[in-house]
Amino acid sequence: MKKTLQSKGLVIFLAAKTAIKEPKRSSALVRRETFASYCFLLPSLIFFLGFVIYPMVLCVVTSFFDSTMNRADVFVGLANYKELFTDPIFLGALKNTIIIVVVSVPITCIFSLWVSSAIVDLPEWATSLFRCVFYLPVVTGSVAVTVVWKWMYNNYYGIFNYLGKTLGIIDKNINWLGDERFALGCIILILLTTSVGQPIVLYVSALGNVDQSIVEAAEVDGANDFQCFWKIKWPAIMPTTLYILVITTINSFQCFALIQLLTSGGPNHSTDTIMYYIYYTAFKLYRYGYGNAMGVVLAVIIAILSAVQFKLGNQDN
Amino acid sequence: MSANAAAAKKQKPLKRHPSKLKKMSAYAILAIILISILAVLFAFPLYWIITGSFKTGAAINSTTPVWWPDKWVLTNYQKLFAGKSAPLWQLAVPFGSHFSADGEPIYFLVGPTVPAAIRWMVNTVFMAVMSMILTCITAAMAGYALAKKRFVGRKLLFTLIVCAMALPKQVILIPLLREMSSLNLYNTIWAVIFPIVGWPFGVFLMKQFSEGIPTEMLEAARIDGASEARTFVKIVLPMVKPGIGALAIFTFINSWNDYFMQLIMLSSTSNLTISLGIAKLQAENSTDFGLIMAGAALAAVPIIIIFLIFQKYFTKGIAMGAVKG
Repeated sequence: MKKTLQSKGLVIFLAAKTAIKEPKRSSALVRRETFASYCFLLPSLIFFLGFVIYPMVLCVVTSFFDSTMNRADVFVGLANYKELFTDPIFLGALKNTIIIVVVSVPITCIFSLWVSSAIVDLPEWATSLFRCVFYLPVVTGSVAVTVVWKWMYNNYYGIFNYLGKTLGIIDKNINWLGDERFALGCIILILLTTSVGQPIVLYVSALGNVDQSIVEAAEVDGANDFQCFWKIKWPAIMPTTLYILVITTINSFQCFALIQLLTSGGPNHSTDTIMYYIYYTAFKLYRYGYGNAMGVVLAVIIAILSAVQFKLGNQDN
Repeated sequence: MSANAAAAKKQKPLKRHPSKLKKMSAYAILAIILISILAVLFAFPLYWIITGSFKTGAAINSTTPVWWPDKWVLTNYQKLFAGKSAPLWQLAVPFGSHFSADGEPIYFLVGPTVPAAIRWMVNTVFMAVMSMILTCITAAMAGYALAKKRFVGRKLLFTLIVCAMALPKQVILIPLLREMSSLNLYNTIWAVIFPIVGWPFGVFLMKQFSEGIPTEMLEAARIDGASEARTFVKIVLPMVKPGIGALAIFTFINSWNDYFMQLIMLSSTSNLTISLGIAKLQAENSTDFGLIMAGAALAAVPIIIIFLIFQKYFTKGIAMGAVKG
């Protein structure tokens, strides 16, 4: 990790160097423009550095300390990280998070691509209508969505038990969220409904921008719909696919509100995710240092995954 | 690359020939039918919230779902607004010349009280509007500088912004909480607003939009002797207006729904937002689904209406943010 940080630093340093070399102008002019630029940047920089970058640095630093309320922090080195990898609850949370990501990311991407490619050629109003409907669960807000699903999953009054019994799939009421076997699946189902909205918007926009003349030329040449899609549209929307993969992965890793409101990680830690466990450690047990160590591990995992996804995507091109 | 993408954006997607639509294959028709069914399922939770909030207790707690309420009642909303009251605003009035033991003057708080749900709504609207205004102003300025100016440290700053955007926002919440308590901002709405304003997505989006401003226009303004501030207000702002619109609606909706941040930063009843309020209702009366649905409707319906009105800007903003430079 240290090595990547160093090389990143080097890249940034080199980038900064080349930026200075770029314009051939007098130093007074450069200085004047730099001053003006920073005047424009100042308000944004205050918030960005103060409430994003500074806490990020603090997060990494605190992860090496034993830190809690009303007491000075004690430096413990890597102890928090060592404890992490022997903590069964953390490892369980990591496993659940990975299950959520592995199940929800491919389904979200494929489903949204399928829906988008089917609705993009419809008349404008129909495309817009479908896009809106699939975006609704996102706009509704995680809390409102979660409480209504909680009702639908309810043991006695829930709609799922009614439908299951009426259709003969189950013979007696199931306590969906209270049963270790089903709880995680139920949460993934809600997560799916709230995460396809943005990819659909992105795909519809990307597919709409594919050069129609090439598609038509291919059609004239006798390409069928599948070939048109695979040979022309798919490469054209590759950057969008990459972006969607990255944001969907990040979103699935951050699955929190659903867990906190529906199951609180239960039953028997079967729905703990890293994000929920961070929250629990920091704001219920008040172990800030340990929570921060988890945060750093989560950030590193996400950074590695995003980098891998970009590498793979760029190779294909 | 981003210039190409921006050029591609400007090109209206070619309209398909009408005959094309009639020629839809059996597969396409089947897909549309399937998607329509799925769309109904996606809209169902919202339908269930709204109808549920008007159902009687018997209809809510019946084991056979009542698909359409046979009797529409307002009892759930009455219960929601009859809940605990909270001050709408407060003035701290010094209590004569009385002082507490440690020499601080004693204040008593005066001000009108309203049902807690209304106070939560006021808090939420205030938070979303302030986040929106501050984000738009700071991001428009910074985005313009990043896109159109050459200055020392530009690449470094841009790298920092992109890296920060790729990281999970929630990871910084623990240090942010401690920072806010040391700034005496904990349990105030500002503790939620400031990190939202600091989140660099807005700057990134405005940079994308500002790339489209022709440099010749800026140079012409400079030659004509316009000051930097004047150039920004008279030339840049009108040209990035669509971007600001997209960013405004995007920030408004996202801050309205940013539950995790609100959960960490706000604690006292009078400072809660509507999302936190429903979560609290749910924790306190976990089986009174009618009441909870009324709260959920109160939180969801305004933001959905806003989304539907401005959805053109919104979807454009999302699509634009994805076009990586």
